[in-house]
Amino acid sequence: MSPTETPAVALTDVSMAFGGRTVLASVSLDIAPGSVVALLGANGAGKSTLIKILSGVHTDHGGEVRVDGSPVALDSPLAARRLGIQTVHQRIGEGIVPGLSVAENLVFEELAQRRGNPFLGGRATLARAREIQAGLGLEWSDSVLKQDVTELGISDRQLLILARALATRPRLLILDEPTSALSAAEAERLFALVRRMREDGIAVLYVSHRLGEIDALADRLVVLRDGLLTGDQAKPFDWDAALRAMLAQAQEATTARPVREGDQGATVLSLRGVRLFEGRSPLDLDLRTGEVTGVVGLLGAGKTELARGLFGAEPFTTGTLELDGTAYAPRRPADAIRAGVHLVPEDRHADALVPGWSVAQNISLPFLRSLSRAGLVQRSEEDALGRATVEALGVVTRDEHSTVEELSGGNQQKVVVGRWLAQTPRVLILDEPFRGVDIGARRDIGRRARTLAAEGAAVLVLSADVDEVLEIADRVVVLAAGEIHLDAHGEDAERDRVIQTISASV
Amino acid sequence: MTTTQSTEAPAKAATPPAPGTALRVQNFVIKYGFIFVTVALFLYFALTEGSFRESATLLDTLRYVSVAAILGLGVTLTMAVGGMDMSVGAVAGLGVSVAAQTMVVFNQVGTVAILAVLVAGALAGLLNALLIVVLKIPDMLATLGTMFVIQGSKLILVDGQSITPGMTLDDGSTAPGRFTDGFLKIDRGTVLGVPVSVIVFGALTVAAWVFLARTRWGRILYAIGANPEASRLAGIRVGAYRALAYVVSGVLASVGGLILASRIGQGDVSAGTSQLLEAVAVALVGTSVLGRGRPNVWGTALGAVLIGIITTGLTIKGLPYYTQDVVEGAVLILALVFSFTLSKRRTA
Repeated sequence: MSPTETPAVALTDVSMAFGGRTVLASVSLDIAPGSVVALLGANGAGKSTLIKILSGVHTDHGGEVRVDGSPVALDSPLAARRLGIQTVHQRIGEGIVPGLSVAENLVFEELAQRRGNPFLGGRATLARAREIQAGLGLEWSDSVLKQDVTELGISDRQLLILARALATRPRLLILDEPTSALSAAEAERLFALVRRMREDGIAVLYVSHRLGEIDALADRLVVLRDGLLTGDQAKPFDWDAALRAMLAQAQEATTARPVREGDQGATVLSLRGVRLFEGRSPLDLDLRTGEVTGVVGLLGAGKTELARGLFGAEPFTTGTLELDGTAYAPRRPADAIRAGVHLVPEDRHADALVPGWSVAQNISLPFLRSLSRAGLVQRSEEDALGRATVEALGVVTRDEHSTVEELSGGNQQKVVVGRWLAQTPRVLILDEPFRGVDIGARRDIGRRARTLAAEGAAVLVLSADVDEVLEIADRVVVLAAGEIHLDAHGEDAERDRVIQTISASV
Repeated sequence: MTTTQSTEAPAKAATPPAPGTALRVQNFVIKYGFIFVTVALFLYFALTEGSFRESATLLDTLRYVSVAAILGLGVTLTMAVGGMDMSVGAVAGLGVSVAAQTMVVFNQVGTVAILAVLVAGALAGLLNALLIVVLKIPDMLATLGTMFVIQGSKLILVDGQSITPGMTLDDGSTAPGRFTDGFLKIDRGTVLGVPVSVIVFGALTVAAWVFLARTRWGRILYAIGANPEASRLAGIRVGAYRALAYVVSGVLASVGGLILASRIGQGDVSAGTSQLLEAVAVALVGTSVLGRGRPNVWGTALGAVLIGIITTGLTIKGLPYYTQDVVEGAVLILALVFSFTLSKRRTA
């Protein structure tokens, strides 16, 4: 990292505006080879725009980009890749091709562009795929390589995409929230790989909201706020300064606040003998008013199954549920919503947002009945609901009529969460509500969840992130392979104990 | 490069603040281009051909397109839920046969025939709903299957023959009934000079527009088309609404069949076949009118009127009837360029 070294990628006065709104204002940034630069910023700060410029998606930006010292035109995703800028996007699904084998997916980049042998046979594909995975130290057997890529779990898919990106020997690798779908152990595997890339002289731009990861991994930290570069630090990082640079007003760092004893309210929802997976022990669980229950567990622990079962999206096959003392057996989400059980689903694109619709229309979708007179949707009431939600969670948008696609990922998430937070449910289930959401919005969501609990609702938060759960929950439940391994309040739910329980249950 | 911007769109509150001039012009063209083309063609024909200007010709044009337009409304509804009803032509044809059978063979009055046709349309819609919602067959394939089944069973029903008044029945007797005068008025009668079929077309268009664009049920249909899983998790009974769209489409198609039966005046076995492609074309053209890029009722109605103007105009100009398909196809492709190519570029 000597100052005389030519940066792998250098940005000079890069700017970008959408329809008159400036999203990036003359950002200058040098990224040295063999360094990991973390990019931090609240939702809508311009992170995604910066990434899209570097990966050749947004081509009409101002300023200059240099690769290895010479100015370049990033006028298409292909051009960016040819110049050695590889991007691994947050949404893993966008990178893999279902229907093709793991091996074919590994060599896909070469299939798609190289002027080589068009009759690449199965054996040659397999051989090349082995080379590519060896570059990452993966050890998939031939039978794994031959199976359809959809057989792979989400973390393996992530590794596949990473392996493919590395096979092109990039100068700069951009990782956008790479751990958002990974468990702690899987994330560790990824970190080891990132460190190896750094040793190989690859520059890494690492985008994440997780400060712990950045602390462990990055050599340097830059902060974006409202399209401006507001912070630039070398290790060791001053988190207070970083957070101040990120959020206009100072906020305390995200150290988990201690879990407190709940107010022991009345039981709202009780589960008896519910089996999440075939062949596992059934579980009992009571959700009470006045407390936020956090369920933490790795990927595949049964969190999503639990949430979807309670919501009637995939009804439980065994066990009984009681809501406020009466039998509750939702067979479809409509039943759950009518009974006052609301779910914020994990995957906002697949399960929550209607593409092409405005923010207000997306918010009102579940509540059209109450917003209609004689079947006619009352638009002024709908807009008012949209405006109120936008204000309550600080969604960065032109107004409530903007289509959801115009919003950044984190702001879309705020719309999805805000849709349900504006209501007063009996039970609110939040499945991974903080994905891609900045600290400010995380606080807002947490505060609202707490208010709802205090007002007499039961709140259930499911997450793979221990710190997130400790931050928001009064009570922590550790789930592993569909069984409860810990159910603790207050000091009993101490961080180390939770982590120990999780690792012991694997 | 400063062109005078007299082409100011009637600014809606939701338009983004001051995009570039080129973008504004493009948005304007996408939004109002199709209406402009329709009006221009209308003026061209009206100025060059005297007979085109007569109100009788214009009403005839609307009468001519009313069947395809009403069928197109059904297609629009099913496109809104993300599907496509390919059986509308066959259902209209079934309607023609059922009407003829009821009045000519069973010697019933027109009202009974109308009810029988509407019931047949609803049943056809239910069959589609069963295949699509319960048996989970992709929409287009299911309705294509229904189309063949309906066409085939209709032929069996009438022994492959057209039903005409006074025909000889299987038992050697003569068919006792005929198309009642009242029934024939559906297409041929007028109220205040406007053909009944045109009034039906107009009324159904308004009703369908209110339903799809203003009610929560319409909103829900669009939601299902855009993201079915998100709709389900928002508490919507997705299956029920998709079934609803196909049943309504079946009923609308049978209304088209009623008009067609009244127009032909006999149970023509081949009736309705050619209406399918026109109905689908009209609904697809409709996605580009107003630049919405999604199925919408006014678009479908305007698309039907545009196709009517072109065919009538060209017929008066002396173009042989067999060139119609090429012209309609060209209009369809142009419309698809509008709704896919251009509007995609705008959002990019």
